[in-house]
Amino acid sequence: MTVEDKGTTATVEPAAEERPPAVRVRGVIKSFGSGDTKTTVLKGIDLDVSLGELLLLVGESGGGKTTLLSAIAGILDVDEGQLDVLGVPLPLLSGAKKTKFRGQTMGFVYQQFNLLPALTAAENVAVPLLIHGRPRTEAVQKARAMLEKVGLADRTEFLPANLSGGQQQRVAIARALVSEPRLLICDEPTAALDGENGQKIMGILREVGRSPERAVIVVTHDSRIFHFGDRIAELTDGHIVGIHDAPKAPLHPTVLAEPAPAKPLHLEDTGESEVPS
Amino acid sequence: MHYVALKMLFGDRAKYLMLLCGLAFAVMLIVQQGSIFWGLMLWSQSGITNLNVDIWVADPNISQVEEVKPIATTAVERVRTVPGVEWAVPLFKGVYRVRLAGGDYHRISLVGLDAATLIGRPAKLQEGRIEDLRTPDAVVVDQGAVQRMGGPDVIKVGTVFEINDKRARVVAIANIQKDFQNIPSVYTTYERAVAYAPPERRMLSYVLAKAKAGEAVADVTQRIAAQTRLGAFTQEEFGWKTIVWVLKNTGIGINFGTTIVLGFLVGMAIAGQTFYLFTVENLKQYGALKAMGASTFALARMIILQAFTVGVIGYGVGVGLATLFGLLAAPSGQLPFSETWPLLGLVFVSLLGICSFSATISIIKLIKLEPAIVFRG
Ligand SMILES: Nc1ncnc2c1ncn2[C@@H]1O[C@H](COP(=O)(O)OP(=O)(O)OP(=O)(O)O)[C@@H](O)[C@H]1O
Ligand SMILES: [Mg+2]
Repeated sequence: MTVEDKGTTATVEPAAEERPPAVRVRGVIKSFGSGDTKTTVLKGIDLDVSLGELLLLVGESGGGKTTLLSAIAGILDVDEGQLDVLGVPLPLLSGAKKTKFRGQTMGFVYQQFNLLPALTAAENVAVPLLIHGRPRTEAVQKARAMLEKVGLADRTEFLPANLSGGQQQRVAIARALVSEPRLLICDEPTAALDGENGQKIMGILREVGRSPERAVIVVTHDSRIFHFGDRIAELTDGHIVGIHDAPKAPLHPTVLAEPAPAKPLHLEDTGESEVPS
Repeated sequence: MHYVALKMLFGDRAKYLMLLCGLAFAVMLIVQQGSIFWGLMLWSQSGITNLNVDIWVADPNISQVEEVKPIATTAVERVRTVPGVEWAVPLFKGVYRVRLAGGDYHRISLVGLDAATLIGRPAKLQEGRIEDLRTPDAVVVDQGAVQRMGGPDVIKVGTVFEINDKRARVVAIANIQKDFQNIPSVYTTYERAVAYAPPERRMLSYVLAKAKAGEAVADVTQRIAAQTRLGAFTQEEFGWKTIVWVLKNTGIGINFGTTIVLGFLVGMAIAGQTFYLFTVENLKQYGALKAMGASTFALARMIILQAFTVGVIGYGVGVGLATLFGLLAAPSGQLPFSETWPLLGLVFVSLLGICSFSATISIIKLIKLEPAIVFRG
């Protein structure tokens, strides 16, 4: 497997627009607090994510990206709006059903990896299968196979503490993918890594994570990885202010040498720029 | 998921050892205090258990074994006539002073045994023969007398001292359970004990009796009480009577009771708190599991499994340490220590109770836990 290869050159899948939506968000509003301290973070979000695509979600810090991801994952209830995942209206599911649905259909990759420190890499990857009641030997076997796909065949019995950050994130990706989720949600998966490892992780997300039967959403600040996406959605001040096709080639040819940009790349406006009251 | 739960528990060595130490310390504290307390209570009734007979007959108003209320000498014959009584013998008990040859005085507990049977004699002798009690002026002293009255050079077989100006000669050294009041015991025959004691209208302290084979001891005891109008108690009843008296009438009940209750509460609080902290520290891990689709029920089961596992191990280590302490401290005889099954059972149940309690608190925290915390850095 060559994770360094750029997947964008091999566009055998149909274009994103032709696929049925994996995620359909309409008019989603979410506030925190009440009274004077009430802040509306999501002010009417509309967004479609298709199966087979890798969507990058960018935007200013505090803009509500994580909040939106949490809502799509069903781990945060929204105040208003429509939120369908794989055709299932999430707000209508009960808490327990939502948890079960999430376990069956979604995988997660976080900035802070969130591996269980006491478990080996293989055991960590096996956890989602164990949650679904699979026998341990079978689960660990599948986990090892998955770790092989992300290039960690020789690290399966390592504890997270003995792995580098990039390796830990690869374990986390394997864990997110092991139960073959239809939706993969990643919140700043490269933010805790250096540029080179960030590129590697994105390569894996694209090569291993992206598949015709899966939608991948990646929140990021890092313009050096924009070219790994199919489309880029920009979330600013509680609105999706623009959706664009991702650049086909790295924006920064000297990417490995440069530090991360302080600000996200500002994308040109596509009309959705009205300022809400 | 049980596997994951146990790995989480044992995986972080430092945290696990902290948790285990907290629990084991709590258990050790409680078991050790409780055992000392119970040992003390056993000391208080050693005046009864050292003799090891079925039935004690005494004044009906007697409150404890050391507080002798003499009864008429005829009581022995009256007890013998009660149906179901195999035998009945007199026992003399009283506190007097011994004058050693060197002129030192010592308080002793004088015990007079039926000369024919020597019933109530000490079970173990360090030196000498109990039968020699039947020789003139013979007495048997316990190891406490040797310790407190001048050591093995002063008190040994052959030593002669005086009780109320009358000659007494040591023929044997007995090994008995230490007395609660820590007064040395001196054994002799009933007749000689009466002779040592200053004359009073009534001299008989107790009648010791045994039920015939096949007769229930409790029935015979009741029959004796009804027929003789004396107080009759089984060994166990009399023992409890003595313990209750000690608890009520000495500071031990209040002082030691408070210590034990406090030790218990502190120990349990430590145990509960330690486990609660353990879960709180793992909350983010539980959040990650919840985000991956683990139900609250499954996570609750994990927490309960962890609580009970570490609880049982902590219990084992704590009891082990307390027992070790007892084994090291008790043989010297200076410290009362009696670890009993009821105490161990009580501590076990309480510990599992407190583990369940803190597990419940942790689970409530878990239910309230927003899995969204996993996204925060
Ligand atoms: N549980 C919460 N309670 C109150 N306010 C919250 C909560 N979660 C998020 N917020 C607020 O919502 C806003 C958006 O937060 P969010 O984490 O979604 O931003 P973000 O776009 O992911 O930012 P970043 O790029 O820094 O991760 C912030 O102002 C934050 O303070
Ligand atoms: Mg965020």
